[in-house]
Formats: sequence, C-alpha cells, structure tokens
Amino acid sequence: MNPGELQAPDIEWSALSPSLIVFTAAVLGVLVEAFVPRRSRYVAEVVLSALALAGAFAAVVVLASGGHATSEAQIAGMGSLAVDGPALFLQGVIVLVGLVSVFLFAERRLEPAAHGAAVDSFAAQPAAVPGGQAEQEAVRAGHTTTEIFPLLLFAVGGMLLFPAANDLLVLFIALEVLSLPLYLLCALARRRRLLSQEAAVKYFLLGAFASAFLLFGIAMLYGYAGSLSYARIGDVVRGEPSALDPGLAGTMGNDALLLIGGAMILVGLLFKVGAVPFHMWTPDVYQGAPTPVTGFMAAATKVAAFGAILRLLYVVLPGLRWDWEPVLWGVAIASMVAGAVIAITQTDVKRLLAYSSIAHAGFILSGVVAVSEDGVSSVLFYLGAYSFVTLGAFAVVTLVRDAGGEATHLSKWAGLGRRSPLLASVFALFLLAFAGIPLTSGFAGKFAVFRAAADAGAMGLVIVGVIASAIAAFFYVRVIVLMFFSEPKAEGPSVVIPSPLTMSVVALAAAVTVVLGVAPQYFLDLASQAGVFVR
Amino acid sequence: MESLIGLLVAAPLLGAAVLLLGGRRLDRAGHWFGLAMAAVSFVLAVALFFDLLDRAGEERTLHQHLFSWVPVADFRADVAFQLDQLSMTFVLLITGVGTLIHLYSVGYMEHDERRRRFFGYLNLFLGAMLLLVLADNYLLLYVGWEGVGLASFLLIGFWQHKPSAATAAKKAFVVNRVGDVGLSIAILLMFTTFGSFAFAEVLPNADSASEGTLTGIGLMLLLAACGKSAQVPLQSWLGDAMEGPTPVSALIHAATMVTAGVYLVVRSGAVFDAAPDAQTVVVVVGAVTLLFGAVVGCAKDDIKKALAGSTMSQIGYMMLAAGLGPIGYVFAIMHLVTHGFFKAGLFLGAGSVMHGMNDEVDMRRYGGLRTYMPVTFVTFGLAYLAIIGFPYLSGFFSKDEIIYAGFSKGGTEGWILGGVMLLGAALTAYYMTRIMLMTFFGEKRWQPDANGHEPHPHESPLTMTVPMMVLAGGAVAAGFVFDAGESFVHWLEPVTGLEHGDSPVSHGQVSIAATAVMVLGVAGAWFQYGRRPVPVVAPTGSLLTRAARRDLLQDDFNHAAFVQTGSYLTRGLVYLDHKLVDGVVNGTAASFGGLSGRLRRIQNGFARSYAVSMFGGAAVLVAVTLLMRAV
Repeated sequence: MNPGELQAPDIEWSALSPSLIVFTAAVLGVLVEAFVPRRSRYVAEVVLSALALAGAFAAVVVLASGGHATSEAQIAGMGSLAVDGPALFLQGVIVLVGLVSVFLFAERRLEPAAHGAAVDSFAAQPAAVPGGQAEQEAVRAGHTTTEIFPLLLFAVGGMLLFPAANDLLVLFIALEVLSLPLYLLCALARRRRLLSQEAAVKYFLLGAFASAFLLFGIAMLYGYAGSLSYARIGDVVRGEPSALDPGLAGTMGNDALLLIGGAMILVGLLFKVGAVPFHMWTPDVYQGAPTPVTGFMAAATKVAAFGAILRLLYVVLPGLRWDWEPVLWGVAIASMVAGAVIAITQTDVKRLLAYSSIAHAGFILSGVVAVSEDGVSSVLFYLGAYSFVTLGAFAVVTLVRDAGGEATHLSKWAGLGRRSPLLASVFALFLLAFAGIPLTSGFAGKFAVFRAAADAGAMGLVIVGVIASAIAAFFYVRVIVLMFFSEPKAEGPSVVIPSPLTMSVVALAAAVTVVLGVAPQYFLDLASQAGVFVR
Repeated sequence: MESLIGLLVAAPLLGAAVLLLGGRRLDRAGHWFGLAMAAVSFVLAVALFFDLLDRAGEERTLHQHLFSWVPVADFRADVAFQLDQLSMTFVLLITGVGTLIHLYSVGYMEHDERRRRFFGYLNLFLGAMLLLVLADNYLLLYVGWEGVGLASFLLIGFWQHKPSAATAAKKAFVVNRVGDVGLSIAILLMFTTFGSFAFAEVLPNADSASEGTLTGIGLMLLLAACGKSAQVPLQSWLGDAMEGPTPVSALIHAATMVTAGVYLVVRSGAVFDAAPDAQTVVVVVGAVTLLFGAVVGCAKDDIKKALAGSTMSQIGYMMLAAGLGPIGYVFAIMHLVTHGFFKAGLFLGAGSVMHGMNDEVDMRRYGGLRTYMPVTFVTFGLAYLAIIGFPYLSGFFSKDEIIYAGFSKGGTEGWILGGVMLLGAALTAYYMTRIMLMTFFGEKRWQPDANGHEPHPHESPLTMTVPMMVLAGGAVAAGFVFDAGESFVHWLEPVTGLEHGDSPVSHGQVSIAATAVMVLGVAGAWFQYGRRPVPVVAPTGSLLTRAARRDLLQDDFNHAAFVQTGSYLTRGLVYLDHKLVDGVVNGTAASFGGLSGRLRRIQNGFARSYAVSMFGGAAVLVAVTLLMRAV
C-alpha cells in the first residue's frame, strides 16, 4: 500500500443508520438554532427531534427484523462498531426513551406562563447569572432554551454508540459525546438554578475524573495488547497473540497492565451506571438537574452504560472472568445494600429515586455477573423495563407542584392519594414496580436477573439481593402509605394538569410497566434472542 | 346419550344462575322454574338409566369430556363426567328425591318472602351434588364437594335473622373445612403418587403405590367423608344444621349430601382395599357413629334433632359397610338409597307436623296428632316401619344385609361388629318408636306459641303431601324391589365388586335376631312413652340421658379440646408476635434507620470528598483484581 495514499474507509451505512439518523438530526438542530426565527424554533426542534428518533427506532426495527440481531450480526465501520443483538436491543430502548424524553422536554403547561409566553422547565437564558439583571430581562422577553433538543439528540447519539462500541477509542468518544450534553442539560433548570448549576459542575468534575480513569485504562490495555480493537485484545487475553508489535515488546502480554487497565476501564463505566462506590454524584445531580433531564439521564444513561459494560466483560475480558467476578460481586452487593439502606432516610423524592437507582444498578450487576446468555438477556430485559418505570416516575414528579415549583419534599406528598387518586395510583404502580412486586415489570425483571445469577451459582448475590429488595420495599411502600393514608396538608402542592405530551409519557410508562409485568414472555423471548454478542 | 350427562348437571346450575341473578321480577314464578329444572334433570336421569339398562353389565359406563380445565405441563385437570352404575344410582336418588322436595318446598316455603332465593340455593345444591357424583376425577369431585358445602351453608343459615341459624351455618362450614382439608391433602397425595387424579388413572393402579401412602390417602379421604357425612369425630355440626328449613334437612342433611362421604369411600374402594389399616379405621368410625347417633337420637326432644341423630346413626351403618370392603360396598349403597327414601319421608313428615303446629319442634308439646293429620301420620308411619326394619319393608332388607356383612367379616371382629349393629338396631327401634308415640299418640300436650297463638293442627296442602306419599311408597317397596332376584346387587357389582365372607351365622338367623331386637326396642319405648303420659317438661333423667341431651358432650369436648387450646395457642402467638417478632422487626427497622442516617452523612455535598471516595474505590478495585490473580 502506498503510504501517501488515503484509502477510503469501508462503511456499512445502512447497518449504522440508527446513530447516523440521530447525529444528522442533531446537526440539523444546531442549524435550526442558527437560522430559524426564534418563535418557530420550538416547533421545528420538537418535530425534528421526534421524527429523527422515530426514524432511528424504525431503522433499529428494520435492522433487527433483517436478522442483524442474530444470524447477520456483524462488526461495522472498520471494526469499530458492533451491530448485533444486544446493541440493537439497547439502541431500540435508548431511542424510545429519547423519544419519550422529547415529550417531557417539550412540556410547556407546567410552569405558569411568563409574561404571556408559555415556558418549559429550562432556564430562559442559562448563561446569565441566576437572579441577575440579564436573567430577568430574558424571562420578561419570554425566551426559551430550544438548544435542549439538539443537546438531547447528541446525548442520545452518544448513547447509541456506547453499547455498540467495539473499539476502546470509540468507547471513549461515545462516552464523551453522551456526557458533555448531559453536563450542560443538568445546569439548565428554570427554578432553583444555583442547585442546578452546582449539580452540573459536580457531575462535570467527577465525570471528567471518571473519564480519566477510563482513558488511563485504555492506554494500559493498548500497551498490553498492542491494539484498541475488542477482538484483538480478546485474542491476546486468551493467549493467542497475533503479530507482536516491536514498539511494544516491553509491555505486551504483561498481565499487570491488563488487570490494572481492565479495572480502570471498569471504574469509568461503573461511574456512569452509578454503582457504589462511584455513585456519590447521583443523588446531587438527580436532585439538581431539571426533572425531565433527570428522567432521561436516569433511564437512558444506565441502559447505554450497562450495554458497554456487558460488551467489555463478555467480548474483551471473558478470559479474565475469575479476576473481575469477585470485584463485581463486591460492587453489586455494596450498591444494593447501600442504595437501599441510605434511601430509607431520604426526604426528597428525587433523591429517593436516585438512591433507588443505585440499588437497581446493583440488581442489574448481579445479572451481569452471571456470565451466561441468560444473564445477558435478563439484563437487557431489566434495562428495558426499568428505564420506562424510571421515566414514568420522574414524569409524575414534574406534575406535583406548589408555588415554588416542583414540590419534591416528601412531607408535601402526604395525602396526595386523596386529592389526585389517579396520579397517586400511577405513582404507586411505579413504586411497586421499583420494589419488584408481581404483576409489574419490576418483578419480571428482578426475577429474570436473580434466576440468571442463581443458575450461574451466584446464590449469595441473590440472597443479598432479595434482602436488599425487602429493605427497599420499606421505603417504596412508605411513600405509598404517605400518599394514601395520611391527611393531606392544607397548603400542600397541587397536581398540575399537563399537556397531552406528559400525559402520554405517564400513560405509556404505566402501560409498559403493566404489560411487561402481566405478560412478559414475548419481551423475554425478544431479549433472549438478542442475547448473543458478535465477536 | 353421553351428551345428556352434561345437560343433567347444567339444568339445575342454570336454574340457580337464573334465580339468583334474575332479581325480584322472578319472585312470583321463580319457584316453579326451579322445580322445572330439577324435574328436567330427573327426566334426563331416567332416560340415561334406561340407556344403561340396555347395555351389558360391563359396558354400562358412559364418559363425557367437556373441556380441559387446567392443562399445565404434566398437570391435567379436565372437566369430564363418568356415568356408571354407582353414579347412576346416586343421580336417580338425588334428582328423584330432589324433585319431590322441590315440590314439597313450593308448599312449605309459600309464605317466605325470600322463596326465590331458596329455590336458587336448592338448584345450586342439586347441580353441585350431581357434579360431585358424576365427576370422573377427584379434582372435579372436589369442586362439587365444595359446591354442596356452600349450598349447605347457605341453606342452613337461610333464616339468617335467627342468630341460632347463622351460628349453625357457620359451625357446619367450619367443621366441614376440617374434612375438606383432608380431601385436598388426599388429592395432592394422589397427584404426587400417581401423577393424576382421574379415577381411571388412580384406582386401577392403586396397588402400585406403597401401603403407607395408600393408608395416608385413605385416612385423608376418611377425614373428608367424616366431615361431610357427620361421622365421629366431625359429627357436631349435623344437629345444629336442623336450624335450616325442613326441606333442606330432608334433602341435604338426610337423603343426599350427608351420604357423599359414603360415596367417596365406595368410589375410592380400590384405595381402601389395598390399605387394610385405613379400612379398619373406617369400620371403627362407622361403628362408633352408629351407636353415638342412636344414643343421641334417644334423648332429643326436638323432633328434627332426634331425626338428625338417627341420620348420623344410619350413615354410620353405611360407613361401616363401606369399610368392610367388597363384602359391604353394595349394601352400603343399598342402605343409602332406602335410607334416602324413608329418612326424607320422615323429615318431610316432621316438616308437615311443624307446619301444622306453628313451627313447634318440641315433641313434648305434640301428642295425639294422628287424627288431625292422617296423611302425615300414615306416610310417617310407613317410613317409621321401614327404618326400624319391619319385615319386608325396605330397611329390613338393607339393614339386615349390612348386619350379615358385618358377621361375614369373620372371627371376633365379625361378632363384635354384628353385636354392635344389632344393638344399634334395637336403639333405632327405640328412638323411632319414641318419636312416633310422642308425636302422634297419647294425649294432646299442645301449648300456645310465643305469640300466644293456639296451634290448630291441620293437614298440609297437596304439594306437601304428594311427595310424602311417593317417598313412603319408596320406603315400603324399595327393599323388596332391590331384593327381588338380587337385582340391586347385580346392578352395582360390576363397579364395586362383590365378595362373600364366611359368616358364622346364616342369613335367616340374622333376620330373626334383627327382628327380635327391633321388637325389644319397640317394646321398651312403649313401656316408657306409650303406657305412661309424657311429661311436658323433660324429667332430669340419668347421667347418660343428660349427656345424650347435650349430644354426648360433643360441643363441650370440642370446646375444651380445640377452642380453648386454640385460643391459648393464639394468645401465646400474639404474645410472641408482640414481643419477639415485632421486637425483631422494629429493632431491625430501627437499626437500618440508624445505619441509614449514619451512611447518609458521607454524602456531604463536597465534590472533593466524592472524588476521594471514587479514588479509594478505584484503588480497592485494582488492588482486589491484582490480589485475586496473586492468590
């Protein structure tokens, strides 16, 4: 090959269409911000985002029904991205979550209209000093931040790449592409902006810290294997090194590099799923971020990050199973127990849900540890089920408001069941699903991961998981008791009647929760068909 | 013909559904509809009967498979019916007596404003009872079993405004639950042993199971039978069940439902034949109950309760015969049928008397009614003669056969059983004669009722007397018909099998002995109640009499043995629950709360400490990974 000649990369455009559609729409969204007049931007952005995500979902379905999830699974983009069952399943979930989140982002009936203009949950002019002159002017002018939609699309794009990444460099880039928009989105709350900005800064600092771990781990693995490709590294780990890279002769095959590097990459990914002890950002960020962002982040990030963890452990490091399993056992147990125990004393709904998500990260990890096809499919199912419950729960949180905005303090939720029985019942449904009560999706998911873990011999993990579930059930049920069996307070919050956007989100989430709980078999089958990674 | 079986069950169930769901607009004519549904199933039963007669003995079994009820992996529960000679006998008895009693109820319940509901319940009972005897597997039988239990509960407590009726219904329900648990355990055991609960799978393969298992199944079935058939030790509910309207007592608590236990034992004969220990227990239960019921029957002044004691006692005979195995099965069923006739007739007669006497039940306030109610007197009298075993009436044939079968058991056992049954026969003659004399003979001892109304005894309307006459006809003739050419034996033999034991005494000797003790019993009652005036207030009586009046202290025993211990146990558990369980639970909750509060403090809001935590975590992660490799 002539070194001066650039060879055009061979790209399977159609196999990569879901992420391409989303990224294209994100770029278009930026152009809309630049060229479309302010008053039309909202509609243009919402329609563009919704269409793009719906299109991406259609692309996922077409790919999956074309056999790309099973027999036609392939590695596309010069070895950088996998198109296989787990990737497509998780991409489908992420795109749907993104689509539903667009509805939440676009909700404009919750906040009282500012000077005649309907506004959403996002700051009028985020760059202004909170409470300063510039902000007041922006509020008076009725400005809204429509940039949230392209940001959302970029984040979704990154998340689509994350579980499909088949190359450590792509993994890192995907991580950054999904993280940076999220940092920004966290800072954009219209109310309680200082809290929101604090959350964003914390998230950014700690996220950068975690990225550094990841990057450092990638470097070590490169030193170990002489390649960034999952397949190559996997080969070397199995002891089948191909050609030795003379430049790396000193380090290649050094197990210390492999172990340390692998562990550090794992640290970076565990940070994203919010597993103990890398969970500290979760409660602060969940609480400070605008609630629609929290819902999106809690649902979609977890899906993407668990996808990446699965691929890393099942494709790159299966040869190291005996090294990483004990570590993950510890992390899973710590997450389940700490999440459940600390949640007991929380007084803020959003923080409560944050700790609940930490405990759920532990539950999902126990399915990951199973290292079997059942383990993969149970995790896939759990992620799909969990993301909708989470989204629905945060959507409900956006509706319970008083004069200061969302009334997230639990004491204000007392007696909500008397005032708004329907909404409180739906929230109770979500809580029961979190707790894993039968006939909700949470039960089916939890049952699947625990069974996979038990079949794989991880009985101890299952026992801890069940105990943690029991502890967790306490605070879920406590909220239900609070809503239905306490006297409502005189100056309690009221439930705002939202537009059909949020209404449809809540209804969809409730429907998914019930359907996956009552008749999970079809989706379990779907997940188990999608349970094989391409190598 | 097979398709008629489902229809047979469906007709009364349809009646129940229509009557119970139809609402008030059916109040005026609903009872006729209920009667019609009962009659339809009787007609179908007769049609099926003639169909069976046309076939050869071994081919008289019809099957109808309606649908698969619960098909889950190896677990197959079907809704399917089996009609053979045994079920046919029951079906004819149930629908025949049932229809008569529906007719009787038209008159008896005429002034009751909840008559439609009453007929709905009666129809429900018929449907459930037919389901019970027609099921081709134990699970479906269990459905019918619970169904008749429900109907019995509803009908005993039909006059729910009376606290005594409500209590009696609850008592019957609770006591029956004990038996029902036995049946469900038996069914579970069958499923684990044979992998099925269809008669066709379980019964022919009964030998393949170990004797211990079969004894377990047999004893659990017996427990169920004791509950439903009011056998010792689960007999206590039957006397109180007389709180229900009299047609109910006649149909459910004399003729049909209480014999379901005998059906269960006979149907499961293959299990019992292979489990001699269980069989012995059946015999003992039957023998004890037949004396127990007879003694209670001798002491009761309430006509219905005296008859209830008699029912227990007669079912004791049947149970004993069923426990004898193939020597006795046929005669257990034969006595069951003849008993169905004369006991239903006796109850209807008692109802007719009560109808004429302002619902008075105390026999000490009857007397001399024979001239006022001639039809009732004659029909009651014929049934009376039948039950005491007057020669050539139905009880004579069926009871003698059972006594003879008891002797046929052989050895000491045979003598004991025969002796017990002869003693029972003497007691039967005694208490029945006592009822007869106190009710229809002697001087009038009528008293005004609580509202001061003088009774004006009168004969009941035709709707009531016609069924009584038909039943009396049955009571007189059934035994003769069954005995002629041993027709009944040949009819049932293909299903139940028949063996002849070696009896130390001959048939004729048994008949003579039975007749002699019957005469003794009648004479005893005559000396006590016929020659002397009957006191209106019961004399104190001997210790035994007083105990018998209190049902031989059955309720005192149950109270002391179960209620008291149960409540002590409950109190103990409540104490443990408060102190121990709640203590542990609250303690755990408090300690988790404390832990949570402490852990919460780690979350101090400073990004720097969060970063330290992450760093520490990462260090531990790497260290452990390396360590795992080193180990």
